[in-house]
Amino acid sequence: MIAVRGLAHRYGAAPALRLADWRVAQGERWAVLGPSGSGKSTLLHVLAGLVRPSEGEVEVSGQNLGKLRGATLDRWRGATVGIVLQALHLVRHLSVRDNLRLAQYLAHLPQDDARIDDTLGSLGVAGKASRRPAELSQGERQRVAIARAVVNWPKLLLADEPTANLDDAAAALAADLLAEQAARQGATLVVATHDARVKAKFRERLELA
Amino acid sequence: MNLASLSASYLRARPLHTALGLILLSLGVATIVLLLLVVGQLEERMSRDARGIDLVVGAKGSPMQLILSGIYHLDAPTGNVPLAAAQSLGKERFVKKAIPLALGDSWKGYRIVGAGHDYPNHYGATLAAGRLWEKPMEVVLGAEVAQRTAAGVDAEFSGAHGISGEGDEHKEAPYTVVGILKETGSVLDRLVLTGIESVWHVHEPHQGSQQNKNDKAGEPEREVTVVLVQYASPLAAATLPRQINSRSELQAASPAVETARLFRIVGVGAEALRAFAIVLMVAAGLSVFIALYTALEERRYDLAVMRTLGASPRRLFGLLLLEGLVLAFLGALVGLALGHAFAGLLGLWLQVHQQPALTGLAWRPEELWLAAAALGVGVLAALLPAWRAYRTDVSRTLAQG
Repeated sequence: MIAVRGLAHRYGAAPALRLADWRVAQGERWAVLGPSGSGKSTLLHVLAGLVRPSEGEVEVSGQNLGKLRGATLDRWRGATVGIVLQALHLVRHLSVRDNLRLAQYLAHLPQDDARIDDTLGSLGVAGKASRRPAELSQGERQRVAIARAVVNWPKLLLADEPTANLDDAAAALAADLLAEQAARQGATLVVATHDARVKAKFRERLELA
Repeated sequence: MNLASLSASYLRARPLHTALGLILLSLGVATIVLLLLVVGQLEERMSRDARGIDLVVGAKGSPMQLILSGIYHLDAPTGNVPLAAAQSLGKERFVKKAIPLALGDSWKGYRIVGAGHDYPNHYGATLAAGRLWEKPMEVVLGAEVAQRTAAGVDAEFSGAHGISGEGDEHKEAPYTVVGILKETGSVLDRLVLTGIESVWHVHEPHQGSQQNKNDKAGEPEREVTVVLVQYASPLAAATLPRQINSRSELQAASPAVETARLFRIVGVGAEALRAFAIVLMVAAGLSVFIALYTALEERRYDLAVMRTLGASPRRLFGLLLLEGLVLAFLGALVGLALGHAFAGLLGLWLQVHQQPALTGLAWRPEELWLAAAALGVGVLAALLPAWRAYRTDVSRTLAQG
């Protein structure tokens, strides 16, 4: 599913990420660990094709990312990868349903309300479709953000520090929801975290230094 | 969800900024539309009234006054000229038509014009009711006069001396309405037509005794106010005006020259208003630009997230450009509607004051250019913000929060 060889990335002269060899099989659930500045976010951005690494080869779902350019890469990302960001970043003035429709539209997929309802339902927020993000609790917003990441049937689900600023119960729940959704969609899950509470839930771990 | 509805949702999310841009743009467009309609319809109407009239001959004075009083019936006449002089004009080699008019009186603010049947014929007028005048003191009403005074065939009235409608009434000599003209869209609609003899008849008590002394045949010296002349050949323009102006009692004025002069004077005001409207449109463009540009700061996460969801930079560029375009489209639409509404209202007001009508229902081809210019303003205002959106560095933006 993921094959990384000789990966290195620098911002200017400062090395941001080093990863000699890493392989992930389809359906596995990984935690990427390491102190801040070790390149956890950068690795996620590389896997999503948002950052082109300075060195090395990256293959995701059989696709060598170095060979994709411009709009083709954007289209591949929309169809293959789902991303949950730490700050969630739901579009504020759009309803929950429209946030999910936006994901379908930007990925060039048909806008399918049944799929949206099904996804929201599986995350326990079916009743919130017409609400705006500001009208939801933090936990509900997190569920909506996960729903937006998985609504397009991604093969790879990425989450960047999904449990920062959450209490123990909420953090555990968030980690469980991600794992559950990845399993439900048949997606591979990679979570970047420095949160010990989350770390314990993953057998597969990648330590960055 | 598509790019247009997404653009619209962002415009709705900032109602005050959107409203400001919309108001400025639509006011600018409306002002220019109003100008186009007023100047355009005025020119159209003036050229329709002057069609087929190459020269106006009357007493010495201001040539523009001669045109304004002789063709458009807007100003006081420059004076009278002897009938004989007018009749001799008709016999000139280069003259195809010479239509003498006698002015002087009015009824309820509408001018009473003494003329032959060739005057309404010149404008292709036809009767809506009754017949044309045959005897002195018989009148035919223009369509607007008939409608506004509600006078029908067989109605009688007395004319007032002068053209303001406030002069002494000639009570001793009442007119009788014998016919009503169909609407012609020309100056005839606002005139009361009668035979030249009627005008002489009304004024005889005042001048008859004095003039009879000079006239051995017992006929008072007959006068007319202006003669409308149509050339038989373009050659006439070279010789006839000079020949007439060399005669001490006559003056010839060209409608083409004088109306062009008038529009140069009016044009200064129109230009100033047009410049003001352009300033409004530029201000609208700036306000749209500032609104979009400052909003980029809070929108950069939205833009970055859209990239993670599969949007290409080009799509983000299109999104921002479309916001400018949607706003400009609405502004142009509202502006065009407003401009026509203003023209309609101004037309109503002018009608109350018996001025040539103005309609908001006609449109001019220049309005298409205006709409295109408004869209151009929107695109231009959105261009730089759209470029910034295109250049969004997703990874770095997301790393910041």
